[in-house]
Order: sequence, then structure tokens, then C-alpha cells
Amino acid sequence: MYAVELDRVTKSFEANTPVVNHVSVKVEPGEFFVLVGPSGCGKSTLLRMIAGLESISNGSIYIDHQQANFLPPSKRNLSMVFQNYALYPHLSVEDNITFGLDVQKIKKYERKKRCSETADLLGLTDYLKRKPRHLSGGQRQRVALARAIASQTPICLMDEPLSNLDAKLRAYMRSEIRKLQRKLQMTMIYVTHDQIEAMTMGDRMMVINEGEIQQIGNPIDVYNAPSNTFVAHFIGSPPMNITPGLVQDQHIVIGNQLQIPIHMFKEDIQKQTSVLMGIRPEFISHQNVQEIGAQSLMVTIDHVEILGTETLLSFEWNETTWHAKWYGQWNVKVGDQVPVYFDHTAWCVFDQNTKSLLQGPSKKNDQQMKVGTV
Amino acid sequence: MKPEVEMKLQNKTSAPKWQFIYWRRAILYLWPSILLFSVFLFYPLLKTFYLSFFLTDQQGMANVFVGLENYQYIIQSESFHKSIRATLIFVLLTVPTSVIISLFLALIANEKLKGIGFFRTLFASTMGISVAASAVVWLFIFHPSMGLFNQLINTLGGSEIEWLLDPQWALLSISITTIWMNIGFTFLILLGGLQNIDEHLYESARINGAGYFYQLRRITLPMLSPTLFFVITVSLINAFQTFGQVDILTQGGPSESTNLIVYSIYREAFVNYQFGTASAQSIFLFLCILIVTILQFRFGERKVHYQ
Ligand SMILES: Nc1ncnc2c1ncn2[C@@H]1O[C@H](COP(=O)(O)OP(=O)(O)O)[C@@H](O)[C@H]1O
Ligand SMILES: [Mg+2]
Repeated sequence: MYAVELDRVTKSFEANTPVVNHVSVKVEPGEFFVLVGPSGCGKSTLLRMIAGLESISNGSIYIDHQQANFLPPSKRNLSMVFQNYALYPHLSVEDNITFGLDVQKIKKYERKKRCSETADLLGLTDYLKRKPRHLSGGQRQRVALARAIASQTPICLMDEPLSNLDAKLRAYMRSEIRKLQRKLQMTMIYVTHDQIEAMTMGDRMMVINEGEIQQIGNPIDVYNAPSNTFVAHFIGSPPMNITPGLVQDQHIVIGNQLQIPIHMFKEDIQKQTSVLMGIRPEFISHQNVQEIGAQSLMVTIDHVEILGTETLLSFEWNETTWHAKWYGQWNVKVGDQVPVYFDHTAWCVFDQNTKSLLQGPSKKNDQQMKVGTV
Repeated sequence: MKPEVEMKLQNKTSAPKWQFIYWRRAILYLWPSILLFSVFLFYPLLKTFYLSFFLTDQQGMANVFVGLENYQYIIQSESFHKSIRATLIFVLLTVPTSVIISLFLALIANEKLKGIGFFRTLFASTMGISVAASAVVWLFIFHPSMGLFNQLINTLGGSEIEWLLDPQWALLSISITTIWMNIGFTFLILLGGLQNIDEHLYESARINGAGYFYQLRRITLPMLSPTLFFVITVSLINAFQTFGQVDILTQGGPSESTNLIVYSIYREAFVNYQFGTASAQSIFLFLCILIVTILQFRFGERKVHYQ
């Protein structure tokens, strides 16, 4: 198992417009590490620099503690799965899987063995003689995985490997890939723009935007305490609700209606005049009309989605579109006046100017964790 | 019950009528090409076939029916044998060489280098020059005393070569000219084929440690095979039909060493006014190209990988 370490890695295609800017992170041996961010933020570029397909403008990459800046891709002990799979259309599935082994002049017997093992592992045994164009999208994806696995490299890089699959297959492959990684104990660096993949697959994730690291951490921490408003928006669906709040003597006031006691927050927040307040949709819940108080208000629902296990509501208030997630199937209609309660322990506070997190939810994860701890 | 029966009857009677209408409509769309093909292709082909069984007068009118005599005559003719031999040598000299040189140039021009656009344009530029113009340029290059080649040989201390006047060299000179003229088109098509190959295939191979020539052998050439096949087919047919450069550079001489088959046909018809034997030669050429092309599709296409 190999570690991959990036030290202030920077890449500019054109002078003074870095696509990847000062990225430093250490991926532990055997870790499933997810790089997540919106399209065009430099994820692929970063991954390609690790693979050695793209040169590094500045900084260093260490693979297994050796500096790898100038190592050719083949000397970096890694395999890569491309978004479009990059299968050789003129070769059969078998030849595709063993292509890398042919290059390395591995003995025919060993090649056969590894090919049949990986084909077995991924359920491709019946398709070995076929050409890629006679396979379905999901099967092609498996061939690409098989090709990476057959090379038995300690590090595996994947660039949005599931983005061409339909939703159901994607969900299935998420867990398959995770299981494979655990079984083979590879160090995995996995690029995706899909926050669900990042949340569900990674040991840790790194959120990037415009070439800069936004946050590194395990998925639950990133979800609960996003380090800035970008991460708060990007991770979680629907995204975190963020709205301006005014700091007054005793309270933080939102839209002249909600009042959150100031003593819940750190002193430096108390010194501010205005902040950005964020709350996850699941902490906005239904309330009885009689109990409306400082943490609740009446809103007019303007969109409803019932998903079976939960109901998604949205409404306009305080010049913000709010999303709420209620457990169960609620009989709410568009236009209904509904009283909602904002859990005052669930608020995140962000700086008005820097947009970075000043304080995470005071609720902490304790209560949630209790629910989730068996 | 009754309406159903009626419907069925109607359907039965109306089917041919509809077919007729579709057919009429199809003809409507097709007639411009049918007209053009008829005037410039089908009619001349049939007329040639017809004439090849006749002796003709000066105007090319069929005079005396002679059956297969024209064919017998050309098969026995020494000059026609020479022409066929020259054509075959010419095809073997030009087609592989053009394709290999163009492939080489295309591979170079496909690299991502600064200023590569200039070279791409340069390599493709012979496509934009007419046969006549380039033949005249080469006439100067081959000139016995002032030509570029002989001056080069002079400065290197060799003895001059009569490029276009020596039977040993004339066919080679024509071939060089033809290769040069072919390169533009062949290069451009091959470059297009190369650029269609997914860059990620090479990246994946690089991660596996495949070197340049390994990638060339296992990725580039197989992926390029449909394009290569097309280019070879077209070049072969073109080589069999070469005329312009022969007419301008050597007029078939010296001592018939460059009398390629199309030029031979031309001379037979418009210099000797033997339209009958010229037609027989044309039919012979037509059958040759047909057979070569069929063979090529039969055996060549098996090795071709289509996406
Ligand atoms: N070869 C290149 N030349 C110039 N700009 C590039 C090149 N490759 C990527 N870029 C730019 O770098 C940015 C990041 O691209 P990429 O890493 O592919 O993003 P992502 O994979 O996160 O969607 C984009 O703005 C893209 O236009
Ligand atoms: Mg990308």
C-alpha cells in the first residue's frame, strides 16, 4: 500500500491563471480518497498530474515517499480508469484486460490467470471474446475496472468512472467499487462531481473549487460543519439554507422574525454586526400552530416533492429560497400556509465577508450519532 | 362485417398504387444523378463496350463488325504488353510509397508541437495544385542541364542523368512526380484519421508503460486501418488511371517506357484513330480495376477494424 502526498501542487496552462492552486494533501495508504468539486474546477487536471499525464507547474508529488514529479506514468505504480473508459475498440475484452500485462511482458500463463480472476471478480467471464462495442455501458465500465485491477498496482486513480451510467447502475457500482477497493486494499483516488458519491464512498473527501482546496475531512464532518458557504452549498441535497442574520444584543435575528439566543455562539461572533446563517433542510421541521415562537414562523409553500420516505418542501422567505426535508409522506400542497420550526442548535454561522465558517452547529453530532449508534 | 371486408379489398388494391407513387417520387429525387451518370458514365461505358467489337473510321463511327478481333489484337500486341508492364511497375512504385510517406508525415504532423499548423498546410498543399501545373514544375526540376536534380548531382560530383529521356529513368521520374502529387490528399485523409483516435487510448497505454512503437503497432495502425484501406483503394484506382503527368512530361516515351495504359488508350484513339482497339483496351482496364478492387475488398477488408 502506497501513500500519495501532494505538496503545494500548482498547475497553470496559461501564465498567471492557475487551474490547480497550491494543493497540499496526504492520501494515506489504503485510503479511499475522493476529490469532489463542480465541473471545470481542476479535478481531472489534478488527477492527471498524479498520474504523470500532465506536467506540474509548481510543487511536488510524492508517491510512496519518493518524489515523483518527473517519473513517467508507468513508473508510478498506478492504474487509471477514465471517464469514457478508453477501451481499445479493436481489441476483445480479454485483450483489453491484458493489454497492460502484454506491455510488461508478463508470462502468458500468468496473464491468463489474472485475466480470468479479474473477469470472475467483475462477472465478465462470458464476455471475454466480445469487442467493446457489443457491450452495454455498464459492462464496458466493468471492463475498464477489470483492466485497472488486473495490473495489480497499489494505487488506483478514477476520473468520474460512473458518470456515464444510469442512476440505478451507478448506485450499484458505488458499493461494488468500494468493496473491491477494500478487498484489494488499493490506495484509491476517486474524482467525481457527484456529492452523493463523495459522501457514500470516501474515507475522506477533498472539496475543490476553482483549483483551491475548500475542505478536507471525512464525509460526515464535511457535511455537518462545512468550512465555508461553497462547501455548504455543494455538499448535501438539497443544499444547506444560507441567509443573512443580524447580530444584536441578545439575539441573532433573521428576517426580523427568528431570534436565536446570542449566548449560544462564540464571543467573536457576538462582536460582529451581520453574519450568514446556515441550516440543513432536515432541521427545519413542522410545528403546531399554537406553539409558534421565536424559532418558528408561518411560510407559504411553493414547491413540494414527495419521495416516498421523505417530503421536500421549498418556500421563499427573507429573500432566500429555503428547502426543508421532512421525514415521511406529508399531505402539503403548493400555496399552503405551514408553520415551520428551525432547530436553534443546528445553525452554522459564516463570516459575512470571507464566507468561512465561524461556528458549526452547537447541537454537535452527539444527538444524531446517538440515533445512529447501535 | 361488411365494412371490414371492404377495407381489406381497398388495402389490396391500393398497395401497388402506393408503391407506384413511392417509386415515382424516388425517381423524382434520383433523376439529376441518373441523368448525369447516364450522360457521363453509362452511355460512354456502353458505347465503349459496343465500339470494342468494331473497326472504326476517322470520326470514330463503327464500320465493320469484327467480333473479338480487337481483343485478340491487343493481347498479341507487343506495345500493349509493354504498356501493361509499365503500368504495373508504376502502380507498385507509387501506391505503397505515397501511402508510407504520407503516413510518416501524418504521424509527425499529428504531434502537438508549436507551429505544427504550418507544416500541416505545407504537407497538404500539393492537393491544391492541378496535375498540369505540378507536372510543369517537375518538368523544370528534371531539366537535363538547368534542373534542380542534375545541378545537385553536379555539385556532388556525380554524372548527370537524363531523367525524362533515358528509358531506364523515365518511369521512375513519372513515379516521383506522381508520389509528390499524391501526398497532399493521402496525407490529409490520414491526418484526419489520426485525429479521430481518442487521446485517452494513448494515455492509458502510457500508464501501462507502452512505448511509441508499441502504441503505433497496437493502437494507431489498427485504429487507422479503415482510413488506410480507403486511401490505398483510391490511390490504386488513381494510379491505374494516370494520364496528365505522362502527357506533359514524356508523352509516353522514350521508346514507350512510360506509355501507361490510359495514355496508350488515348494515343490509340486520338493519334492513331483506332477507336476499336482503344475501346478494347479501355474495357480491359475497366476489368483490371474492377478485379483489383474486388480482391482488395475481399481480402483487405478482413484486416480492417471499423468502429
Ligand atoms: N490542456 C488544457 N489546456 C488548457 N486549459 C485546460 C486544459 N485542460 C484543462 N484545462 C482547463 O482547466 C480547467 C479545469 O479542467 P479540468 O481539470 O478538466 O476540470 P474538471 O475535471 O474538474 O471538470 C478548465 O477550465 C479547463 O478549461
Ligand atoms: Mg474532469
